[in-house]
Amino acid sequence: MAQPALTNTGELLKRPDGLQGIVADWSSDQRAFKNVPWGKAMMWIFLLSDTFIFSCFLLSYMTVRMSTTVPWPDPSAIFAMHIGGQDIPLILIAIMTFILISSSGTMAMAVNFGYRRDRAKTAVLLLVTAAFGATFVGMQAFEWTKLIVEEGVRPWGNPFGAPQFGSSFFMITGFHGTHVSIGVIFLIAIARKVWRGDYDHSKPGFFTSRKSHYEAVEIMGLYWHFVDLVWVFIFALFYLW
Amino acid sequence: MAQAQEQARTESQAHVEGQQHPIGIYLQIWGWLFVLSAGSYLVDYFNLEGYLRWSLILVFMILKAGLIVAVFMHMLWERLALLYAILVPPLLVLVFVAIGALEGDYTFLTRLIFFSAGS
Repeated sequence: MAQPALTNTGELLKRPDGLQGIVADWSSDQRAFKNVPWGKAMMWIFLLSDTFIFSCFLLSYMTVRMSTTVPWPDPSAIFAMHIGGQDIPLILIAIMTFILISSSGTMAMAVNFGYRRDRAKTAVLLLVTAAFGATFVGMQAFEWTKLIVEEGVRPWGNPFGAPQFGSSFFMITGFHGTHVSIGVIFLIAIARKVWRGDYDHSKPGFFTSRKSHYEAVEIMGLYWHFVDLVWVFIFALFYLW
Repeated sequence: MAQAQEQARTESQAHVEGQQHPIGIYLQIWGWLFVLSAGSYLVDYFNLEGYLRWSLILVFMILKAGLIVAVFMHMLWERLALLYAILVPPLLVLVFVAIGALEGDYTFLTRLIFFSAGS
């Protein structure tokens, strides 16, 4: 098939900034998100919808906690660990927080090295991120086991106080843990593609046949940072409040 | 003409290269996230109570979330059309929070009356 001839349409108009830029971008009868590959715009829109899902969980947690007449269990004591002969409050959750933040750091570096076309560093950083993620899920599994088996926490009741504690806890952290687990699988898949050099050779994608590009690493990064972001809110509102 | 082509090339190059920033800024933000997390953990460790506790928790939370979205997720360098499309809708959640809080309070008071009348 012959390539259609391209006409030089002359000088590019400068895109306006500020409020005028928003109006221009949205009303230009083209795509609204200029300069952003469609995959990235779609990931952002997915993350927006996910934000609402997690908001609904945290909101329902807020309402049940406000409306119960039974005292709410103290997370600080429940998630304490006995280290070196004394109970350190909430230490398990604190360690999990630092692990997830570190994974976000390595992810950001992976995106950066991806755009520098440093294949090896990108792949290694992605795998390190995946390892941090897997550690996080492992610690969560440990936390759940401790709560279910040793403390006898159930979605309908627990020995510490308000029964709603269990249902909120399992729903919120369970949904977040699922996101982390999916992220780890996603990370390993992208790391494999980076390592193989798919993004250097613009290899056609498996599903879409579109050219692969290092943007995929950034899109992966958006998802991973979002998982970290959700944890920031869970840590503050569920564990610390 | 040459200038127009030059401009077109740099613009398409900017598109191809994507978000390109010095590594240092990520390390800085990483460090800040550690400091802020340590801060919010210390709120619990020192057993601060009441409004001091709640406000500190919220401040640390918002600062951390802001840093992650702005720098790690590159919102700082996106065009406003995307930024507003993504960041304005979640503000509506605050309305939902207000409704939930009213409802929670109401349920709590009803329960107090109902349970005390029962015993």
